[in-house]
Amino acid sequence: MPKKTAQPAEYVLEVEDLVVEYGRRRILDGISMNVRAGEIMVIMGGSGSGKSTLLRHLLGLEVPAGGTVRMLGRDVSEMTNTEMDDLRQHVGVSFQSGALFTSMSVGENVALPLRERQNLDDNTIRIMTRLKLELVSLAGFENLMPSQLSGGMIKRAAFARAIVMDPKLVFFDEPSAGLDPVVSAELDELIIKLRDALGTTIIVVTHELESAFRIADRITVLDHGRVLVTDTVDAVRNCQDQRVQDLLNRTPREMKIDADDYLRRLTEEEPEYVD
Amino acid sequence: MAAQTLSRMVSRVSRDMLRGVSDFGYLIALLGESFYWPVFGPRRKQPVRIEAVFTQMMQIGVEAIPILAVLTMAVGIMLAIQLVNTLELFGVESQVVLAVAKAMTREFGALMTAILLAGRSGSALAARIGSMVVSQEIEALRVMGIDPVRYLVVPAVIAFAIMTPALVVLADAMGIIGGGLFSTGPLNMTMETYIRTSIEVLTVGDVMQGLSKGLVFGILIALVGCSAGFSVRGGAEGVGRATTRAVVLSLTYVIIVDMMFTWFMNV
Repeated sequence: MPKKTAQPAEYVLEVEDLVVEYGRRRILDGISMNVRAGEIMVIMGGSGSGKSTLLRHLLGLEVPAGGTVRMLGRDVSEMTNTEMDDLRQHVGVSFQSGALFTSMSVGENVALPLRERQNLDDNTIRIMTRLKLELVSLAGFENLMPSQLSGGMIKRAAFARAIVMDPKLVFFDEPSAGLDPVVSAELDELIIKLRDALGTTIIVVTHELESAFRIADRITVLDHGRVLVTDTVDAVRNCQDQRVQDLLNRTPREMKIDADDYLRRLTEEEPEYVD
Repeated sequence: MAAQTLSRMVSRVSRDMLRGVSDFGYLIALLGESFYWPVFGPRRKQPVRIEAVFTQMMQIGVEAIPILAVLTMAVGIMLAIQLVNTLELFGVESQVVLAVAKAMTREFGALMTAILLAGRSGSALAARIGSMVVSQEIEALRVMGIDPVRYLVVPAVIAFAIMTPALVVLADAMGIIGGGLFSTGPLNMTMETYIRTSIEVLTVGDVMQGLSKGLVFGILIALVGCSAGFSVRGGAEGVGRATTRAVVLSLTYVIIVDMMFTWFMNV
């Protein structure tokens, strides 16, 4: 259990001034955002906006160059591995590709967190697994292997695995990417259903506008490693910021060309890359 | 221009050396964790699963028995042929029994087992972990709070540590039997006498030398396979490269360590 702190329980996730650099390039530049308990927060942005990088840092998979991430009231960077592993029992993640273990059946995949981190008997594990599979309408598919599932079913199985420990906070990475509109709408419904049924706080990272507007309580718009705006759906829709409007209206970005810079890029020597 | 080429060469060589050192450091870290998890895992509510160890032991050990038996028997026959021909020159071909038994138990049993395991199981380990890296399965484990080293590496290392010496015993036996298949003819001896003589000439030290080598080789192959797997970057091609790397590196380590072992135990 995360230790109780003076912090009011209202915020489940707090990001303050997060800076990420890969080599000389600054990928995230002073990101600050908060996520309230029980809300669906959508982090939206185009390709290269830094949203995947942000997600990796929110999950504590990488160490930032600066700034803090507080998850469930604890500073992620100050936690030991053991504390982090324990905290992660309260956090579920559904990856873009599903990341199901290909050597295990759907049921075994969903049961894995229970089996590895809880002292439960097989019967309880089986019932809890089926409960979650029912929730994502995959009842009866538990003995299939991931390779036998369709794209939408893989995502749903990944959802089930993400929520099997009844987490307080669930991350969804691109839930509707690569799926047809009907299936993606169904997944959106499922996300709302999960929040309503379990009261889970949900963070969705996506570039799909429609889906974002359908499910979000609040939206954070990311562009070039900065937060453009964090607000409710309506407020974001009516936001006057040019770049937000460009994103919403799908206006192609203007390519500004600086003649000197252009020449330098053409003529400079290959930099020596160091792994 | 020449200065530039030179500086590039120096920078490349030093980078490769750095990489070698850091790879070796990673192996040591993995070895440390392999001792850490069985002891402290239960306290961290992450015990090493005994079922996972057994599964690995089946794949690494039991399933390798037929091919290992054939290989080492062939080595035994080859050794006997060469030794009969050579020792004949000195008129001491009767010493073939001794030579085959000592060579197999001290050296070739462990070496052949290691070569087979590196090609068969070390590479499989690298490919398995590598493709899990590519498909984000390792990250999925981490975000579930399941330590990938505890879950994937430690069972493999334990299984290798138990099964390699066991396979070495089999390899020794099959090698000696192979030697007997050929040399009973030229030596005018029955198979039974051949084997009894072999057992008589062998000392505990001979067998222990092979077994201890087997233990070290097994752990080495497991660690190299896992570390190659975790180092995969860049899709399917990366998995292929890691698999090759696992085999080449583990064979290199095995042969160098073998040489050092043999040196310190016999010179």
